[in-house]
Amino acid sequence: MSNLSIFDIAGPIMVGPSSSHTAGACKIGQFARALFHATPQKVTFYLHGSFGEVYKGHATDRALLAGVLKMRTSDPRLKDSFEIAKQKGIAYEFIPRDLGKDQHPNTVKIVLENSKSRMEVMGRSIGGGMIEIFKVDNFKVNIKGTAGRYLSLVICHKKDPNLLLKIQERVNLFQGIMVAAIEKCDFGEKSLTILSLEGRRIKLPEVMELEKSIPEIEYIRSLSKLEKQ
Amino acid sequence: MIYEFHTAEDVLKLTHQFKLPISEIAKRYEGERSGKSMVAVRNKMKQTRDVMYSAVKKGIKSTEKSPLKITGGDAKKIYDSLKNLKDMMGNKLTVRAMAYATAVGEQNACMQRIVAFPTAGGSGVVPGVLFSAAEHFKAGKRKLIRGMFTASATGLIIAYGATLSAAKGGCQAEVGAAVAMAAAGLTEMRGGTPKQCFDAAAIGLKSYLGLACDPLGGLVEVPCIKRNAIGTQVAIGASDMVMAKVISFVPFDEVVQAMQNIAQIMSPKLRETALGGLAVTKTGNMIKQKLGLKITTEL
Repeated sequence: MSNLSIFDIAGPIMVGPSSSHTAGACKIGQFARALFHATPQKVTFYLHGSFGEVYKGHATDRALLAGVLKMRTSDPRLKDSFEIAKQKGIAYEFIPRDLGKDQHPNTVKIVLENSKSRMEVMGRSIGGGMIEIFKVDNFKVNIKGTAGRYLSLVICHKKDPNLLLKIQERVNLFQGIMVAAIEKCDFGEKSLTILSLEGRRIKLPEVMELEKSIPEIEYIRSLSKLEKQ
Repeated sequence: MIYEFHTAEDVLKLTHQFKLPISEIAKRYEGERSGKSMVAVRNKMKQTRDVMYSAVKKGIKSTEKSPLKITGGDAKKIYDSLKNLKDMMGNKLTVRAMAYATAVGEQNACMQRIVAFPTAGGSGVVPGVLFSAAEHFKAGKRKLIRGMFTASATGLIIAYGATLSAAKGGCQAEVGAAVAMAAAGLTEMRGGTPKQCFDAAAIGLKSYLGLACDPLGGLVEVPCIKRNAIGTQVAIGASDMVMAKVISFVPFDEVVQAMQNIAQIMSPKLRETALGGLAVTKTGNMIKQKLGLKITTEL
């Protein structure tokens, strides 16, 4: 087993009541929002298995929506996500649905829509705040995240095997930031690269600088850190 | 790594070798594995303490009920009883510890910010015991942080040797683990030796071996919150026993092995599935009905 951190025990800092059904759900929502790369006008959540059965008691619904609203797992406003979505004019709906026999019990399909586009994101919360995004529209992907672990950048770019190295080199120029893990997946003509960063928080101007410096990059989303300290 | 440890035996060797308390070994371990400075590691623990402290302070004043109105307001009742302490059997430290533990549990149920220390389900015991003890000793913040590091090291040993997930090991893995952690942390704060810290952890954890995770409707409320409150009393008792020179006949590492063994034998119905124990009582089924859950068993 790899070496655990003292703060894996003394943490994470989160809004209750459940690490899998609340914190993990929020993280899935964040990823969906980052992948959609726009403010949705309508979000539909299809809740499978345990998610579909106990979502009300664990506030899985509020947490998922909070994630789509870009809140952190430790954000005290998480429980007011319904009201905040209404203020922002974002419509939402929760539908318990059997998504297939082989799915993990904590699986959700999120459909994000606005006037221009529509995206389906499927993810599962596999315990202790760890999550996986495994399908975006019709493309199989493999994006992993942990509530409270790292800062992540989602980078959408043209398919190009050399680009990864280029991106890494640029990121390494920022002082105090290290690349902890890289996940890459292709869908259609594009690639998504998820960089997990350690160290200090990456600043918005730095993200914009990175975006401009490599022309093949279509967009970068910075996922808010799920506070752990 | 110099300060690497997976068992209590490893830690005891390190404390002996470097003549340092468990808390210091834990801090150096974290510094070594993350590459962060001692100051940075300490500051991170301070942040953790601050979040726990605000949950406690909010919780002892709150009368808010949980979404299903099952729990809420008990922390205030217990804390208010401190005003008439002569009517209580416990002392100021023990009653206050129960109030603080309940406060954190109720805040978690009401979707407020807490620290999962080590998990959301067992998050009340460590702040309950350590904060109340720190007030009792009128201890500087330094002592409290030491208790937190020692508690974390104890939790780490359980995570390596067994589990901290009730879905895998039942309540012994959450409240049981938290009790062991709090007992060890408290014992260091009182000036116990490293060996005494782990003996207190062993005595605490032994009292929780085999405990089912059977909360009503699968919600982290009943019996979790009260189990956290009572857990503080077990931790304080275990620490008192070792300070009275009692030892644990079975060493802590072996108790952790026993816990893992029980986890493997334990029926999944008793592991956070709401399919056994309190969850299938008449009251448990009533809560399930409210949540729209299927009722599979009736007692």
